[in-house]
Amino acid sequence: MKPAPFAYVRPATLADAIGELAATAGDGKVLAGGQSLVPVLAMRLGRPGTLVDINGVAGLDTIERRGPVLRVGATARQRSLERSPKAAAVPLVGRALPFVGHRELRSRGTVCGSLAHADPGAELPAVASCLGAALEVRGPSGTRTVPAADFFQGAMTTAIGPDEILTAVEFPVAGPGEGFGFAELARRHGDFALAGVVTRVRSADGAVAEAVISGFGVSDRAVTRDVTDLLRSVAGRDDLEAALRPGTEELAHDVVNTSGDQHGSQGYRRRLFAVLAARELAGAYRRSTEGRS
Amino acid sequence: MPDQSTVADAPVVPEEAAPTAAATPSEHTGGTDAPRWTPSRVEDAPLVTGEGRFLDDMDPLPGTLTAAIVRSPHPHARIRSVDLSRARRHPGVAAVIGPEEVLAALRPFPLSVSTQMPYFPTGTDKVRYVGEPVAVVVATDRYVAEDAAELVAVDYELFDPVVGIRTALAEDAPLLHEGQGSNVATDRTFTFGEVDQAFAEATHVVSGEYDFPRYSGAPMECYSVIANWTEDSAGPAIEAWANFHGPFTMVPVMASALGIPTSRVRLHVPADIGGSFGIKAGIYPYVVLLALASKHARTAVRWSEDRAEHLVASSSGADRMMRFEAAVDADGVITALRTDLVDNVGAYMRPPEPSTLYRCYGNITGAYRIPAVQIRARAVVTNTMPTGLIRGFGGQQLYFGLERLMDDISARTGLDVVDLRCRNLVPPDAFPYETPTGGVYDSGNYEKAVRLAVENADLAELRQRQAEARARGELYGIGIAVVVDPSGTNIGYVGLATPPEARKAGRDKSGSTEHVRVSVDVQGVVTVMLGSVPQGQGHATIARQIAAARLGLPEESVRAVIDMDTATTPWTVTTGSYSSRFAPLVTSAVIEGCDRIARTIRAAGGVLLGADPDELELAEGRVRVKSDPSRSAEFRHAAGVVHWDPGSLPEGTSARLYEEAAFTPAARAATRDERINSSLCYGLVVELVAVRIDPDTLEIGIDRVSSVHDAGTVLNQTLLDGQVYGALTQALGGAMYEEFTYTEGGQPTAATFLDYLCPTTAEAGFPLITDHVVSPSPLTPLGAKGSGEGSSMSFPVAIANAVTDALSPYGLKIDKLPVHGNVLHELLDGVRRPA
Repeated sequence: MKPAPFAYVRPATLADAIGELAATAGDGKVLAGGQSLVPVLAMRLGRPGTLVDINGVAGLDTIERRGPVLRVGATARQRSLERSPKAAAVPLVGRALPFVGHRELRSRGTVCGSLAHADPGAELPAVASCLGAALEVRGPSGTRTVPAADFFQGAMTTAIGPDEILTAVEFPVAGPGEGFGFAELARRHGDFALAGVVTRVRSADGAVAEAVISGFGVSDRAVTRDVTDLLRSVAGRDDLEAALRPGTEELAHDVVNTSGDQHGSQGYRRRLFAVLAARELAGAYRRSTEGRS
Repeated sequence: MPDQSTVADAPVVPEEAAPTAAATPSEHTGGTDAPRWTPSRVEDAPLVTGEGRFLDDMDPLPGTLTAAIVRSPHPHARIRSVDLSRARRHPGVAAVIGPEEVLAALRPFPLSVSTQMPYFPTGTDKVRYVGEPVAVVVATDRYVAEDAAELVAVDYELFDPVVGIRTALAEDAPLLHEGQGSNVATDRTFTFGEVDQAFAEATHVVSGEYDFPRYSGAPMECYSVIANWTEDSAGPAIEAWANFHGPFTMVPVMASALGIPTSRVRLHVPADIGGSFGIKAGIYPYVVLLALASKHARTAVRWSEDRAEHLVASSSGADRMMRFEAAVDADGVITALRTDLVDNVGAYMRPPEPSTLYRCYGNITGAYRIPAVQIRARAVVTNTMPTGLIRGFGGQQLYFGLERLMDDISARTGLDVVDLRCRNLVPPDAFPYETPTGGVYDSGNYEKAVRLAVENADLAELRQRQAEARARGELYGIGIAVVVDPSGTNIGYVGLATPPEARKAGRDKSGSTEHVRVSVDVQGVVTVMLGSVPQGQGHATIARQIAAARLGLPEESVRAVIDMDTATTPWTVTTGSYSSRFAPLVTSAVIEGCDRIARTIRAAGGVLLGADPDELELAEGRVRVKSDPSRSAEFRHAAGVVHWDPGSLPEGTSARLYEEAAFTPAARAATRDERINSSLCYGLVVELVAVRIDPDTLEIGIDRVSSVHDAGTVLNQTLLDGQVYGALTQALGGAMYEEFTYTEGGQPTAATFLDYLCPTTAEAGFPLITDHVVSPSPLTPLGAKGSGEGSSMSFPVAIANAVTDALSPYGLKIDKLPVHGNVLHELLDGVRRPA
């Protein structure tokens, strides 16, 4: 379990990092927290010619509020965001991060690294999708901003070009009347989810204005659906969660698209998705009406 | 924008709390008659400060090179050719060996039974499981070795693999070992008592088929070996370091494969081993392989197994397919038992297999007085990782069948699961109780243990919870398991795999000897030297505690040293840390060694006090006159007399404060009528488990566990508790999380810790009440029995019984493990709950 030989560079500026990456002509890989990349190297499942370590680039680890968004830089650790008071503006981040691996992994692993890795079972891509986050990508030809809906293109596949670096993600902060939900079920705490859901509901005077759900661990990427009509159709019910179940069961057939494995068949993942979707849509709606997000 | 207060409720789960498991902390209540004096472990300070010396920390021979192993990517293939030339030319490579070098230098390992299934440390003619070694590359470091390993070219002719037991037994199954003509490696049938008659006369005949899965102990430290091949005028010799913990029967096995005398194999075991749970007994083929690599590299070679290698190619418990059948009379009393056991030992019959079949031979009737038994014991080979020792060895497999059967009998007879068991328990006045298979249960009070477990569980309250849950349409179940916990293996059981007529006269095997050395230095400090090769159990702590108590010294005056070097440490074939041998055997040898030291100290004390040594006792750091304790001398002064002034000792007293002592129980080899007392001591475990199943997600939550143990005299409550918690957690893994799974094509699908799921603290935090009854063994000086394995045998089936009870409204049963949400979904999907 030792990596194949590779070249290692640790540039000090973003421009140099982009230059180094471009110089590898597609044979380079960006190293940030390394929590997914290093095991891949050790097991020789991947063998990039050059690792471009961006941890020496100053200013990439920032977490800052910029008006309506929370901007998280490429080397900001998951644990830093989890502990940052600024994260309170994006409640879903606080709900999801405790489920990302274990604390030790989050101390090293980065938010942007998880997004760039795009594991179909990972939490953060689903959060980004549900919130409509914007991903900032830089390469030799400049900077472009990719909406989450276009960023995730399949299992471990994103819109990042071979000569580009994901430099930041911008999560929209919670607005008035917004409520959120997050839940996942895994074989053990810290495992990739068998099924997980992220929900966002906006309501005004009890009326559902918008409802969005993203499922993860259920397909080749986070799957996002507008469920405004579904939630509206039952929003007044006392037994909201139960009332949502027929709808979320139907939704599960649409959203859950995986061959399954020994931990969870497609059928079991559908069951879990339907349960969690109803629970977290109901919860998000309740919080949206209570002004608690 | 929300203000701070509106988002304060996120995150929704507390830091690191299990989102799904019960977060209640474990409760512990000790037994009323269990001693609560609990010294801390002497092992802990070095371990928690990083001063442990594990094999990878050691560099005993300068110039040692590093090996990487080339392994088969295929489950079943013929090796057409192996090209090592490119790897040999790679810069930094000292040697590369493959099947040709193995065949030229090694003999097949001697097997426990005579089968035509030759076993070498690499594949030679064929490869038979994914991960089987094919070649070894020795280089300057592991990186270079792995680079060169990629240059080894093997041409394979692929064959259909055999994965499961049922496939292996099929008429037209592909053969792993053509010379054997069958995938069945051993097949024996034993009958005791009037089995057929009992079945003919039975009121009920109840049978069931049960499958036990394959899982590991997943030690934190993987295998590690340093081997050095040398030649002198007496011929070849090897010196090796390995985190091997026995049984030391494997030392002559290694020597035989190398074709050298056992005395030319010098094996060192580091004092610190990072866990094993039996798994590291499977390291010995690598010692031989690395010795051969050292011969070709002309220098010492080290190899440290990585986790990827460990999870596909080290060792695991055997999976078992079994059928149990009971003849039951009108009162619910079992009059006869038939069992048909088929173990999957993996690709080879690697010794000590097929011992999984026989380790529990003497206690195959469990805690019950069943007078007649028939056993069919088979082992098959499949294209999977070879199996071997694991905590509970053979017990979890046996009791999964026997204790599931008990619940099936209960369902048939309408008797409550506890009542049915109580009707069949070996009664308190029957000890020592001889089982039909030759086991002799040394002591026990099974009824008392069951009563205590039921009481601690508050079974009546659990039944109330269950009734309420069921009324709400929820799934709630209660399971019980009662198991006899054998310790101190009599290796003679291995003989049963060979028919009596084929066993050679004068070649019987029996017994279970353990050695220790005890010495006293000039300052009166006592050293207890153990060759017991622990892997974290705390042997030094217990040995020190026992020696201090026996010699009347404060513990500070005793040190325990762990050292195994086969050239200098006393050992025999049964030496090792397995089958919970330490408490019954090693401690008994410590007592014997201390008693000999005490005789010499009393003789010296007699000189100092002018008293008859027989009138003296050792207490409070002194040797003193029993009838007048004021007449005393310090222990260290008495020791000083032996060292400095031996001439003053009474005639006939040897000036000897260095004793080697052994404890050998009165064990016997298997008899011609196939009976054997397969262990020295037999303890008991009773477990009650309550589970709650989420009706939506089908996740299984453990609501309460009551676990009662009888390990004889409790030597150290803290360490015993640790063994109970550890065994429960390991069993939880096998019951609900861990399994070595394979595709139908023979590829392992639990090859990393992403898929091989060991329970963590988040999963193991269930409400637990432990307790003890104490039935001292009459066979050991301290009355102690082994206790390292008990719950690993009982807890898997207790969980299966609880989940089966929970599913009883659906009429569904859990006859295989592991069980978890996905399994329940597949069982329940589309099944309607009967009205």
